[in-house]
Amino acid sequence: MGNPMSTIVATQPLPESRFSPGFRLAMLLPGGLVTFFLILFALGLVLFLAFRGNDGSLLGAGFTFANFTTVASDPLYWTVTLRSLAIAGLVTLATVVTAYPVACYLAFHAGRRRGLLLFLVTLPFWTSYLLRVFAWKIVLAYNGVLNSALIESGIWSEPTLAFLNTPAAVVVTLAHAYAPFAILPIYVALDTIPKSLLEAASDLGARPFTSFRRVVLPNSMPGVLAAALVVFVPTVGDYVTPALVGGPASTMIGTLIQAQFGKANDWPFGAALAVAVMLVILAVVLVVRFADRRFGSRT
Amino acid sequence: MSAARIDAKKGGSWLGAYVLVYLVFLYLPVSLIPLFSFNASIQAAFPLQGFTFEWYATLFGNSALSGALANSLVIGAIAATGATLCGITVSYMDLYGRSPLALTISAIARLPILIPGVIVGISLLILVNLIGFGPSRIAIVLGHILVALPTTVVIMKSRFAAIPNTIREAALDLGASDWTTFRRVMLPLSLPAIVSAFMLAFLTSFDEFIVAFFLAGTEPTLPLYIWSQLRFPKSLPTVMALGTAILAVSFVIAAIAEILRHRGLAAAQRPVPADLSKPEETERGELQWHST
Repeated sequence: MGNPMSTIVATQPLPESRFSPGFRLAMLLPGGLVTFFLILFALGLVLFLAFRGNDGSLLGAGFTFANFTTVASDPLYWTVTLRSLAIAGLVTLATVVTAYPVACYLAFHAGRRRGLLLFLVTLPFWTSYLLRVFAWKIVLAYNGVLNSALIESGIWSEPTLAFLNTPAAVVVTLAHAYAPFAILPIYVALDTIPKSLLEAASDLGARPFTSFRRVVLPNSMPGVLAAALVVFVPTVGDYVTPALVGGPASTMIGTLIQAQFGKANDWPFGAALAVAVMLVILAVVLVVRFADRRFGSRT
Repeated sequence: MSAARIDAKKGGSWLGAYVLVYLVFLYLPVSLIPLFSFNASIQAAFPLQGFTFEWYATLFGNSALSGALANSLVIGAIAATGATLCGITVSYMDLYGRSPLALTISAIARLPILIPGVIVGISLLILVNLIGFGPSRIAIVLGHILVALPTTVVIMKSRFAAIPNTIREAALDLGASDWTTFRRVMLPLSLPAIVSAFMLAFLTSFDEFIVAFFLAGTEPTLPLYIWSQLRFPKSLPTVMALGTAILAVSFVIAAIAEILRHRGLAAAQRPVPADLSKPEETERGELQWHST
């Protein structure tokens, strides 16, 4: 049975190859510096600053909960947070739902075209985010592409202001900007479903739709959840898209944080808002983890 | 042929049509930038007014623009070097270091994907002010190392994992030191992935706006320059000409990086040893941040 050689190789414990201390140190140093200093320490600074009062100095003064009580008690911040959650949630839903069939095609039907298609859907991922948002600004503007095209083709007689500066514009723009993020995780999840499962379903008499609903969909949930997370996190904190196409009615939490570190110049309060956003993201990650364990029992 | 097969095939062609529509939606808005960059009108609107190179001509001799371009190139090169170096060492120690510390570092290195850019930006802004050099080009370099780090770690990890373990063990058995094994065996074998990681990190930095916005001092990068120009309707055509050039460069670099990454992974597949330890996922070489 099997290849005895490979069995031996696989079961015999590897010769204990601990790295020499010098090599270990040299190899751990760059990553260690970046992760502990630039990521953990810098995030720690945000947390620290969030509990300080604003006296104009870099690290604030005194220990206070005032920033958090303001965030929690002022309805403005609740409105903006809920709006950010709603926009990011809609964007996530839209990107995942539209990406799923594409991932399906890539995994099951693409054949020889798979490599090219994968390349085409990931290419926008590496192009400038600012330019992709800017493209939507020229599409939606009052005397922009969409209005002029509609008038030119006789569907519209007057340009409308209804496109730009709406939360809907933010949702569409963000969904477009983050579309490529969602495809890869779903595709990988679909592609790693053992083909034997699908054959078994079909052999047992399941119709294609049933086998999709009962076999493919549940097995792809880990990818769907990963995709949702990868889209949700950057969109919930975004401030560029609301600024370019959103108008005042679609101020998001990222906009407020940016303002505290800019015009408003209240860094401790901005830090408190950032901590609040991280808590929201943490909650979402925990929900996803839980859902992953619930539905994604494949591994 | 069973009925189910035929159904599946029909479903495939419907899906194929959907994918086509999806791709059009993906590329259409972005393709308007090159389209209108050649349009002889200040307004980005239909009907097109005629063909011109005028807006491209305005790109030359603009000292603010060439300064921003130089900044972007320098920052991109340094940040990509840093991110690639970290990606190589972090993923190597993650796979072969056998220590909780190495695994922790690797996990934290992929964390920035779960932090919105605005928070990465402000946390580094506080940090660089605390250290003393404040918003500057160095600050942007640090920010871009963080932004590119998850990509480089994931690319290098999937590449190292695709190298059969037996090759590394053979080197060690033949008496090569850790350092020699790393430098003479593992690095040359993963060279295409290193180049690919560097290029993608460079692109990430070159196109990055959200973090750089907080960390820029008096020396803007190219995306920051574009942002500053967006306020003036008169300069929109120039922005579109500049955007077209950036898109073209991005497409070419991303294409080369993808080709290298896949070629590297394909090359690793050629000698097919009985290597049971190799996880199946790494063969396709797709970017996956949540593989753990």
